[in-house]
Amino acid sequence: MMKERLRFRETRNMIFKFFIIVCTLISIIPLVLLIVYIFRQGISVINWHFLTSLPKPVGEAGGGILNALIGSLLIILVATMIAVPFGVSMGMYFSESSPNWVYKIAHLCVDVLQGIPSIVIGIIIYIWLVKPFGQFSAFSGSVALSFMMLPSIIKSTEETLKLVPHSLKEASLSLGVPYYKTMLRVIMPAGISGILNGIILGVARVAGETAPLLFTAFGNPFMSFNIFKPIASLPLIIFNYAISPYEDWHRLAWGASFILVSMVLILNIITKVTETRWKVQF
Amino acid sequence: MESTILRTEDFNASFGTTHVLKNLNIKIQRKKITAIMGPSGCGKSTFIRCINRMHELNSNATTKGKIYLDGQNIYEQNPTILRRKIGMVFQNPNPFNTMSIYQNVLAGYTLNSYKLTRTKKDEIVEESLKNAALWDEVKNTLHKKGTFLSGGQQQRLCIARSLAMKPEIILLDEPTSALDPISTSKIEELLYGLKRIYTIIIVTHNIQQAGRISDYTAFFYLGELTEMDETKTIFTNPKNIQTQNYITGRFG
Ligand SMILES: Nc1ncnc2c1ncn2[C@@H]1O[C@H](COP(=O)(O)OP(=O)(O)O)[C@@H](O)[C@H]1O
Ligand SMILES: [Mg+2]
Repeated sequence: MMKERLRFRETRNMIFKFFIIVCTLISIIPLVLLIVYIFRQGISVINWHFLTSLPKPVGEAGGGILNALIGSLLIILVATMIAVPFGVSMGMYFSESSPNWVYKIAHLCVDVLQGIPSIVIGIIIYIWLVKPFGQFSAFSGSVALSFMMLPSIIKSTEETLKLVPHSLKEASLSLGVPYYKTMLRVIMPAGISGILNGIILGVARVAGETAPLLFTAFGNPFMSFNIFKPIASLPLIIFNYAISPYEDWHRLAWGASFILVSMVLILNIITKVTETRWKVQF
Repeated sequence: MESTILRTEDFNASFGTTHVLKNLNIKIQRKKITAIMGPSGCGKSTFIRCINRMHELNSNATTKGKIYLDGQNIYEQNPTILRRKIGMVFQNPNPFNTMSIYQNVLAGYTLNSYKLTRTKKDEIVEESLKNAALWDEVKNTLHKKGTFLSGGQQQRLCIARSLAMKPEIILLDEPTSALDPISTSKIEELLYGLKRIYTIIIVTHNIQQAGRISDYTAFFYLGELTEMDETKTIFTNPKNIQTQNYITGRFG
């Protein structure tokens, strides 16, 4: 009797385990296939010419994505420069403050920001920055992306700094180090790996964003380094090429997708490595 | 010969509505070791954290009354400057985990942006580590992380870190309660040697420790100073019943 019950339970466990594994596989397979497909389509397009030349007009063969590559890097760089000071400061504020109503409301805002569709952020920045200045610009694109980076930077900063032992702060304060220097020179360095991780994840998150750039950076078939003028970017070029009717441009879109996916993959791998390697022991 | 370096006048400290220290009047003698004793929760830590104004960093902390350091009310001074004159060593060793041994000793200077020459730095590091009885053990590994040291060595590093600032008083809050007996005796020895130069206030739960190293003992009970005298008097002839009970181990 007992034995039978036991066997029954074991079978149920087996079925349950099997079910979980199958579900995991079912969700992983399309992901892997997707990546493999992009790589297969993209890799044949990649060569030196593709990376170092500008797009060609319709009908001419060849052409590359240099301007989009530079544009993307520039937009992301400026976005990071905007988002990091604000994000880290806010994360620091959250880690230090007691959960009063300011904290709760600010936290709610960050959660809401995380949930706002990227296209809405694009439209908001369009209204705030593009319309008043009458100019699409790389800068407005950067501002849009910086909003999208904020939540990940804020949260990782907060979580990391909360883990820094209180005793380090006391050690510093008891040496007569003022509070702001204690935060900047003791607490921040102790949590630097976590903060960097949040920044990199933020970059990975926005690297492929297209919607917020449609109304802001707009795109540009030429090379531009001016952040106050329209600029090309990888996601935009993929979008434009992919919806075009030309076979040749579809191939370029695959190539650009390949570059973009590789970038995001590499960023994710970097965060995994820094997470384990740079972790400061307490 | 005797001179008072620190004196409190009707001093009170609270956490919100919890009244922890009650009308404290206490005198600390220069270049002596004063032990603070008493049962858990009687306010020993709170007291020494008032001396370097760390107490007020708790959000609901308040104080009333005066503490004079060399005749000057510390509550009329800049707390960060005051803390450079009063070193503190905590119960659990807390070296800066991102810094080397060398950098840890100099932390009070570097974090406060003092500029020192290389020779001056070397000099401070060597002197402080020697005074903390750690020099011989770490002189060849000065640039390794302080967190690689054993617990007892870390605690001596923390002592060196506060000695480096040349403070007038060193506060120690149960500095050996997390350490093994050998590390403990090393720290007791070095503290005993340090009173040549420094005034030391040490919170301890260990009656033998207080007896071995301290010149004076202050006994706290429920936030009040019940008795303070030369250590040998307190230990041989306590006047207060609570002190008697504590020393004979009836509670604690
Ligand atoms: N952060 C705090 N908030 C509120 N009460 C506290 C806090 N820290 C200590 N206390 C209270 O103050 C009293 C004295 O604590 P403490 O000075 O740490 O005692 P001791 O060091 O003698 O064991 C205790 O009753 C404790 O509960
Ligand atoms: Mg205590």
